[in-house]
Amino acid sequence: MPLRAKVASSVSRTAAALSRAAGRGDGSVIGGWIGLKIDPELLAHLAAGRAVALVSGTNGKTTTTRLAAAAVGVLGRVATNSYGANMPTGHTSALAKAGTTPYAVLEVDEHYLAQVLEATSPRVVALLNLSRDQLDRAKEVAMMAQLWQVALAEHPEVKVVANADDPMVVWAAATAGAVSWFSAGQRWHDDSWVCPECGSAIERSDDQWWCAGCPLRRPEPEWVVDEDGVIDPTGAWHKVTLQLPGQVNIGNAATALAVAAEFGVRPVDAVSRLAVVTSVAGRYAQVVRNGRTIRLLLAKNPASWLEAFDMAEQAPTLLSINARDPDGLDTSWLFDVDFSPLRGRQVLITGDRAFDLAVRLEVNDVPFLHVPSLNAAISSVPPGRLEVIANYTAFQDIRAELDRVN
Amino acid sequence: MSTESFPAIGPSIGGPSVLRLVWIYPDLLSTYGDRGNLLILARRAQQRGIPVELTEIRSDQPVPQSADIYLIGGGEDGPQALAAQRLRADTGLHRAVGQGSVIFAVCAGYQLLGTSFFAKGTQCTGLELLDLYSDRGPSRAVGELAGDIDPRLGVPPLSGFENHGGRTHLGNGVSPLARVTAGVGNDGTSEGAWRGNILGTYAHGPALARNPALADLLLRWAIGAASLPPLNDLWADRLRAERMAAIRT
Repeated sequence: MPLRAKVASSVSRTAAALSRAAGRGDGSVIGGWIGLKIDPELLAHLAAGRAVALVSGTNGKTTTTRLAAAAVGVLGRVATNSYGANMPTGHTSALAKAGTTPYAVLEVDEHYLAQVLEATSPRVVALLNLSRDQLDRAKEVAMMAQLWQVALAEHPEVKVVANADDPMVVWAAATAGAVSWFSAGQRWHDDSWVCPECGSAIERSDDQWWCAGCPLRRPEPEWVVDEDGVIDPTGAWHKVTLQLPGQVNIGNAATALAVAAEFGVRPVDAVSRLAVVTSVAGRYAQVVRNGRTIRLLLAKNPASWLEAFDMAEQAPTLLSINARDPDGLDTSWLFDVDFSPLRGRQVLITGDRAFDLAVRLEVNDVPFLHVPSLNAAISSVPPGRLEVIANYTAFQDIRAELDRVN
Repeated sequence: MSTESFPAIGPSIGGPSVLRLVWIYPDLLSTYGDRGNLLILARRAQQRGIPVELTEIRSDQPVPQSADIYLIGGGEDGPQALAAQRLRADTGLHRAVGQGSVIFAVCAGYQLLGTSFFAKGTQCTGLELLDLYSDRGPSRAVGELAGDIDPRLGVPPLSGFENHGGRTHLGNGVSPLARVTAGVGNDGTSEGAWRGNILGTYAHGPALARNPALADLLLRWAIGAASLPPLNDLWADRLRAERMAAIRT
């Protein structure tokens, strides 16, 4: 590593430690930011000599990255940005902090995939899904898929592990040199009714989908979720035991096994490692307060709300919505979510934008109680389980109320 | 095509036997929670004892000409241009307008109603149902949108969220929906447009969630009623008050 990069790397670690000590967050962004100021090539220097996997998509990045890092860990030490700091500053921090490791598994914000692909020369890129997310500032779905296409076309040497169930992802991966397809199921279809290639309708039947007007169709997946397990490319079925809820996480586990396989890890060796992953930056964390077992579920966009309803048990459920900068300022997406799975449960609402949620739930025939805080919610429900589903900053607020639980 | 029927849930007040709502091309023009407008109109009709039939027309299906209210949502450039082509070729919507049907269009759907709009860098021919045209603005308009609605419509101020790159210029054949008090709307001064039973706005997505009186206006146009029984709009009123206060700070 050149001297400038060494200095930058060391300063980056110090800044991260200072940020943590000052209680200003995990320190995973500020450290990288300072490091990149000193040496813009720092990320490339830090990535050099490591076998790198990148994980990108709208939903499931953080959890899949954690699972893939655990699976690749069979081979040796893995650097990873496990706090969800998924832009180049976060990658720089994570690699600097980890020191020398033979492997790195990095979660990448979908907008930054091209840049990080360029900087880190990865061996594998995993593409999970693309759906609407913070449309008031994020690029629209088809445009994002096109950016991925362009980025992958420039790196035919990269092996892509991609979701066969998402037409947008399949189209984005069309320019890739080689693809290993996985099938993890897709609950959300509202961003893929129209073929991104030709504009014709996408038809669906059971697991299959195809374009009515051009050859784009679901590729045959090599990795398939089957009940509570995953079938690998040889046809062998592996039972997946996770400490994370929901069918969506079995899908994330399949992706992690597919990524690890590209490093030569056999699924039979990796699968037991997946059970070490518990909560991820507070997601799925359980906390007991006043006889209530509170479980935290993060849901940032319509697709992830549907997954959260699938994970949540039939128990009193608190929904919390904010619309601050990191959440996107627009709450219109609330009407893209069908809240009817919550009918029959005790539903409580809170957050900066609880009134938007109130109007939505009324139209959806879901009775609710508006409460000013998590504590008020806790005292409004009987002892037992309380499910909490919140969007990004609302989730962080609740985590803070619970002393930054991980 | 999918059609769902919803029975009335309030006492009947007469009017048409079934109120037919059609959502045009959700496969092309549906983003930002556009479904909300359909659901809100349906619910507010049902609560007045009016049974409702909701139909979603995909872009490869003919547009029925006999529905009461047509909704057109927002969308990206490509789908917007495609929707314009197909609706011009279909002519069902034009015939419905000729029979006095109500149209409510938001964002890309609103631009579509004019004589022309810009998509993917070229000028596209619109449906020519409203005397207006749209071009590209100097910057994207993103944020809270509010305005005082044309007093002839008898509706309290508009509250919404806008997210569009276009600017819209009104001709003499239409009236602005509102005078802008926050945000950009058509051009920073006026917002939306209406003529007869056709109404368009840049307040995107579930615009009617924040504007229940506007929803009722569309229902009154559709059933020809001078007024409708009031509903309990406690949460919508709280939401409106909160948003109006947020713009002032």
